[in-house]
Amino acid sequence: MSGATEIQNLKSRDPFAEADEDSGQTTQTQEYIHIRIQQRNGRKTLTTVQGIPAKFDHKKILKVIKKEFACNGTIISDTESKGMGEVIQLQGDHRLKIKDFLVNEETGLSLDEKTIKIHGF
Amino acid sequence: MSTEEPTIQRRASRKSVAFTEEKLVVDADGSVTMIATPNDDTKDTAMSHTPRTPPLSAALGAFTDASQAPADGADGAAPAADSNPDGLDLSLLKKKKKKVKKEDGEGAEGAAAAGGDEAIDLSMKKKKKKKVPKEEDEFAKKLEALNLEGAEGAEAPADEGVQEGDMDKGTGIWAHDESRTINYDPLLSRFFALLAQKNPDHASTGTRSYKIPPPQCLREGNKKTIFANLPEICKRMKRADEHVTAYLFAELGTSGSVDGSRRLVIKGRFQQKQIENVLRTYIIEYVTCKTCRSPNTELSKGENRLYFITCNSCGSRRSVQAIKTGFSAQVGKRRKMKV
Repeated sequence: MSGATEIQNLKSRDPFAEADEDSGQTTQTQEYIHIRIQQRNGRKTLTTVQGIPAKFDHKKILKVIKKEFACNGTIISDTESKGMGEVIQLQGDHRLKIKDFLVNEETGLSLDEKTIKIHGF
Repeated sequence: MSTEEPTIQRRASRKSVAFTEEKLVVDADGSVTMIATPNDDTKDTAMSHTPRTPPLSAALGAFTDASQAPADGADGAAPAADSNPDGLDLSLLKKKKKKVKKEDGEGAEGAAAAGGDEAIDLSMKKKKKKKVPKEEDEFAKKLEALNLEGAEGAEAPADEGVQEGDMDKGTGIWAHDESRTINYDPLLSRFFALLAQKNPDHASTGTRSYKIPPPQCLREGNKKTIFANLPEICKRMKRADEHVTAYLFAELGTSGSVDGSRRLVIKGRFQQKQIENVLRTYIIEYVTCKTCRSPNTELSKGENRLYFITCNSCGSRRSVQAIKTGFSAQVGKRRKMKV
């Protein structure tokens, strides 16, 4: 019996298991949320948010954002053609505001700041 | 639009742009928290041991941590550097030390004064006291010894406060016939001071900021921007034009072309500052070495289609992400897009 418990103890301290866990974490952090900006005609711009985790309801997020930022926007599902997933597209430059929203713990999604990448100028 | 034009012209007269993301760290430290900041840095390295190649955002986080260091460095300075004797930490310390050295002119004395990682006001007081009897060194020593005896009668930790002296002149604890044991921190600071003294070229490489010529932006018509000196900048960064171009287009979310005289024509209106920001992120991501922050690196396509950055000054090699365009919304008329 005692031998069996020792083996179990050994297993729990298996260094490779920990390594696997670590690699899993790193792959998670690799999946960034990309916030991009695009120029339209004149001084108008579009903000696109790509890669919001699927556990969130994109529709509801959009509804809140539209109200908060006072802008219009849509969800573009691009899954079949390029594999981008659902992209939230907003009218105007809301990059910093949307980052605050994604990071905010009380009124936002309380995501990790390190997973968010802001592109553009 | 009329308000934008004069600003662009004013900017064009600037000669060079300093990309000083490493200098920022030093500026943020100031000379006050010389000991405290390396401590914080060691903590960062200890954390980043598990992921071998940290993502860019993590690295950026480390940058910000370093700039935040003075804030928590004031109270978190308790454990001295001797708790981390491995090579990486030392190198970090060295860099910090050297930069500090350059900042304050009287290098040795400043380092010696900040040696004990007590509160800052203590060392300041000691310095002032020492200034007065500088002429009669022996007398000062005796006086200090007397002071020490008196202090030891009162309280024990006064011993650390007396670790003072000018190491160049050989006074105080640095005197030749001094028999007291010298604390670790003054010894360490003396080591780095001597190192910087004997190898001045070491120090110069640490603080030099990386400069590239500022991007020249012209407007072609109403909707296009010409980026005139792209080949020059690419040459300075030792990167292929195509790579930089692809990154610019991906980040700006546009497209463009190269005209006859190798200038880049970008669709959309962009100001010099905006292009500059993108170039800055490019340099952070694809040019500077993450280990030693040197811009002297090479980008090469390694095996299995991954790009690798090899540093020429420290020899480190890391993989970088390929440039991804990501999602780009449809802009303009639908009719145009279909054709």
